Amino acid sequence: MRVWADFTSETDGNGALRLVLNGPLVVSSIGVIDRRLRELEAPVARVDITAITDIDTVGAWTLWRVLRENDAELIGASAKAQRLIAAVQTVKAEGTSGAHRLPFLPRVADAIGDQVVSWGKGTLQMVGFLGAVVTAWGSVIRHPSRFRGKAVIHQLELVGVSALGIIGLMSFLVGIVIAQQGAENLREFGAEIYTINLTGRLALRELGVLMTAIMVAGRSGSAFAAQIGTMKLTEEVDAMRTIGVSPVEALVLPRVLAVMLMMPLLGFYAALMAILGGAFISSLTLDIPFLTFLLRIQEVVPRYDLWVGLIKGPVFGLIIGLAGCYQGMQVQGNSEEVGLRTTMAVVQGIFVVIVLDAFFAVFFSSVGWG
Amino acid sequence: MAAKDDLLDDVTDAALKRMPGPFAGEFPIEVSGLTNSFGDQVIHQDLSLQVRRGEILGVVGGSGTGKSVLMRSIIGLQQPDAGEITVLGDSITSARDDDDIDIRSRWGVLFQGGALFSTLTVAENVEVPLKQFYPEIEDELRHEIAKFKVKLSGLPENAANKFPSELSGGMRKRAGLARALALDPELLFLDEPTAGLDPIGAAAFDALTKELQETLGLTVFLITHDLDTLHEICDRVAVLADHKVIAVDTIPNLLKLDHPWIQEYFNGPRGRAAQTAQHRAKAIDKPAKAGE
Repeated sequence: MRVWADFTSETDGNGALRLVLNGPLVVSSIGVIDRRLRELEAPVARVDITAITDIDTVGAWTLWRVLRENDAELIGASAKAQRLIAAVQTVKAEGTSGAHRLPFLPRVADAIGDQVVSWGKGTLQMVGFLGAVVTAWGSVIRHPSRFRGKAVIHQLELVGVSALGIIGLMSFLVGIVIAQQGAENLREFGAEIYTINLTGRLALRELGVLMTAIMVAGRSGSAFAAQIGTMKLTEEVDAMRTIGVSPVEALVLPRVLAVMLMMPLLGFYAALMAILGGAFISSLTLDIPFLTFLLRIQEVVPRYDLWVGLIKGPVFGLIIGLAGCYQGMQVQGNSEEVGLRTTMAVVQGIFVVIVLDAFFAVFFSSVGWG
Repeated sequence: MAAKDDLLDDVTDAALKRMPGPFAGEFPIEVSGLTNSFGDQVIHQDLSLQVRRGEILGVVGGSGTGKSVLMRSIIGLQQPDAGEITVLGDSITSARDDDDIDIRSRWGVLFQGGALFSTLTVAENVEVPLKQFYPEIEDELRHEIAKFKVKLSGLPENAANKFPSELSGGMRKRAGLARALALDPELLFLDEPTAGLDPIGAAAFDALTKELQETLGLTVFLITHDLDTLHEICDRVAVLADHKVIAVDTIPNLLKLDHPWIQEYFNGPRGRAAQTAQHRAKAIDKPAKAGE
């Protein structure tokens, strides 16, 4: 059984207390008497510690606080106790260590103000970052020897090749859903055959590239932020700078380039897989033969639908790559920041991609590619 | 009130029921037959070491001789291939994870880089072991303890509310020490505490270690490359070489040994400088004491 510290108090003639402490006065036993010691009402005149079995710095600290607050006299201190009390006296720590907190209302205003300022700064830095990437691009074009071909190829593999499986499967399933749901609703008008138009045009114009962008933001945008962020924490980025290697050229350019090159390819691939999915479900449930579906696609989908998808790809890739690398470069301080910045990279990437997609839709319609 | 106290007893004693008094034996750390290897690379082979109660034991050895691995083995972070390790009378090598929890409240460990929790302030870092082992301590007292431990370890008061990333390397070490000392441990493990500190800071850290060992009766296991630290505060020095502890003794006795590494280490240019400094300091000290 654990032994707790304890004390008894006696009142002397003047209404002052005499405390007699017993048991071990150490960190493991002091928790229960601390509150009682703080709540003593009468002033303490004497503290007797003859009966304590052990003492450590926490015990000495508590004891000294009682002595100091009451200006009390200490009786029966062993050499060790005296030494420890002398040691804690020199420290003079007071008050709580909790961070200073404002009252509720000012704190809310404070937080909102901070948020607004950081938005402003964030936008400015984002533009600055874009500028740095463009400058790096320029200097790599002027000095082609500084172009990191190997890094780009490595990133192309990570961003593109290794994503083929998941993006293909996802698009195939989305194609199935669109064809099936489309046919279900078009049947009411007897226009089931338009399922082919629906699937083909939607996949090539919108869904292929949009679904791919979301998947790439989740797979690669987050990886960019986490990799670069961790390198920032371990001072690898700083080390690069001191060697004369520009982090933007070495880390950001290959990644942004890779994702920009891969996005149109992956988007096109995703569109094809979606069409295959649609053809597959149509041959099963709509009695449209598989090959007929594919042949009809050629007739009903205008060529510019393909261009719409291919043009959007690199732009979305740029957004995802920039968001990932920018957030990674913004990491500083601690490990929590890496997680936070990675989340922000994905959220920002997807959000901006969708906003841009809306603009693209309006734009392409107005130039007659509706 | 009584019922509440009982409940508190039950909760805290579940973790602490094995809590005995302070360790009374002669050797708080006993290592015998320790063998560690990573793949083909043998780090330790049949290594034995005994640390005496209340001493500061310096551990030296060339880079890659397994000083840190030895420390990690003793504190149970590295499962050795073979051998027996006993800390404060409890076997580390045969303990399951939960089993040695009561020992963990009785030692403090300072890692090389401080290993502070980066999302907590320095004061909160110090509070972590307090919360873990003694949840009955109230917030107010815990804050006070954290704050005075921070100051005890030689940090300025305003450092308590800073995050580790806002501190310099030396301050991070001190903060790590404050956390290691949070529970007034019987055993203190220090992994190169003065590496990377300026000479003044290093000397202050040495003095602090010595002071703590004397006031609290600590046993200190100190890995270091700092010859001044060895001369200044270590009672004995253990030399790691050839996968073993080849000698444990005071520095004058070690100097008498005829091992090439020991001779080169202590009698090399840096070793000599540290020795002379030590002699000079004693020469200045003596007349001053005589004058009192």
